[in-house]
Amino acid sequence: MDPTPPKPTPKLQLERALQLLGHSGLPMPEGEPGSDGWLQGVVDALVELSSRDALTGLANRRAFDLALAREIDRVARSGEPALLLTLDIDHFKRVNDTWGHNAGDGVLRAVATALIDSVRPMDLVARVGGEEFAIILPNCAAAFGETVAERVRRRVERMPVPVAPGQQISCTVSIGGAFAPQWVRSTAALWVERADQQLYLAKAQGRNLVRLEPTAVSVVSNEERRLLFETFQFQDHE
Amino acid sequence: MTITAVTSGKGGVGKTFVSANLAAALARNGRRVLVLDADLGLANLDVMLNLFPKITLHDVFTGKHSLPEAIVSVSSGFWVLLAGSGMVEYSRMTLEIREQLQKVITEIEPRFDHVLLDTGAGISDVVLYTVSLARDVLVVVTPEPTSLTDAYATIKVLAQTQGRRRFDLVVNQTRKPGEGRAVRQQLQQVVDRYVNPGLDAPVRLELLGDVPSDSAVRESVQRRQLLQELMPGSPASVALSAVAGKLMDL
Repeated sequence: MDPTPPKPTPKLQLERALQLLGHSGLPMPEGEPGSDGWLQGVVDALVELSSRDALTGLANRRAFDLALAREIDRVARSGEPALLLTLDIDHFKRVNDTWGHNAGDGVLRAVATALIDSVRPMDLVARVGGEEFAIILPNCAAAFGETVAERVRRRVERMPVPVAPGQQISCTVSIGGAFAPQWVRSTAALWVERADQQLYLAKAQGRNLVRLEPTAVSVVSNEERRLLFETFQFQDHE
Repeated sequence: MTITAVTSGKGGVGKTFVSANLAAALARNGRRVLVLDADLGLANLDVMLNLFPKITLHDVFTGKHSLPEAIVSVSSGFWVLLAGSGMVEYSRMTLEIREQLQKVITEIEPRFDHVLLDTGAGISDVVLYTVSLARDVLVVVTPEPTSLTDAYATIKVLAQTQGRRRFDLVVNQTRKPGEGRAVRQQLQQVVDRYVNPGLDAPVRLELLGDVPSDSAVRESVQRRQLLQELMPGSPASVALSAVAGKLMDL
């Protein structure tokens, strides 16, 4: 007779999870330990933890990829404009080499704060690589792209970063940007590639610059629009 | 063979609905018709016709299958060529896709009387290129501000970049008689004022017909059957038959 296999006991790495959460500075889950509500709290906190960059607190690469895929789908269907900016800290290696890695970390954190402060709460700011950042700006009209990107660039430029006692440096970023293709299905990878091409240009043309992919000029002026609607009586639909 | 690009500027105005039902009406009149899903990946043609194609244009592009294998016959008597979801990768018009599409057009040329290109919405390079393959451009527009603006933008760009001088309009979801004529007139007025002055010859907009707002349309879409088959006597279906008749005379 076959021995009945032992009933598998769920092996939750709860202790390890709590250690990670405690270390991350996230609030510990509330409720009776072991209760459903408490477990839900642990899962929620872990989800939060796994979508954040540990050093800067920004969205990490994983969260960024997810958000980008969602956004490009949305734009394909809704036709709403959306801008992707990719950013790179200029001469970051020099900071590390000159002032040490702690100073480098300080620069990364300061840039993260500057980025968050210069965009809307609905925009997603992510750290996608060592000194590389990205910002997804949903519902950003083509006419405002340049303004927003310039605001981000200037904000970083003007921000002093302490690197040693009594010692401050300023750092700059190069920014590339591209709008998602409206009404057409595209891929997130292609969108990143287009923004990166512009970032490469900004770097090549001297850094501390914004380069956005030229968008097709708006083909309908306000004058034309006005005339188009002038005498036409639109019925109330629905 | 006549190639007609069906385009709209704005999405969701019934472009695919019009294409499929026109194809059915043309087929009933003895034409050999092919609807080509030129919205590389985002078209709803397969959904509308309840098709689950195994072989698509994507397989033809990648060389896995021949073109005839990808052409599906539909019960309403016409044929469709679906892009397939793999076409998502082709959302930008590369030289390779241009050549592939051109090859497809050349190959289907002798086999059909009429090809309808169901293009994507908007005026991306993909849409502009697929429209450039067509002899005629049929613009589907609804009497709403956004649709009117986007249709105007499409007409303007095609006039300026492809030298198009005639556009055929189908005004979908009209709520009262004469609304299609009013839409055409309004568009023509702005074209006359802002587009035509810079051109060698004026752009003319022709109204092929109104398709009235009709509850039968919703029902046919929900049942995933063609209106022309399900309710051929409904007002929208009768209107589409009339449009098809005009299309044959062009």
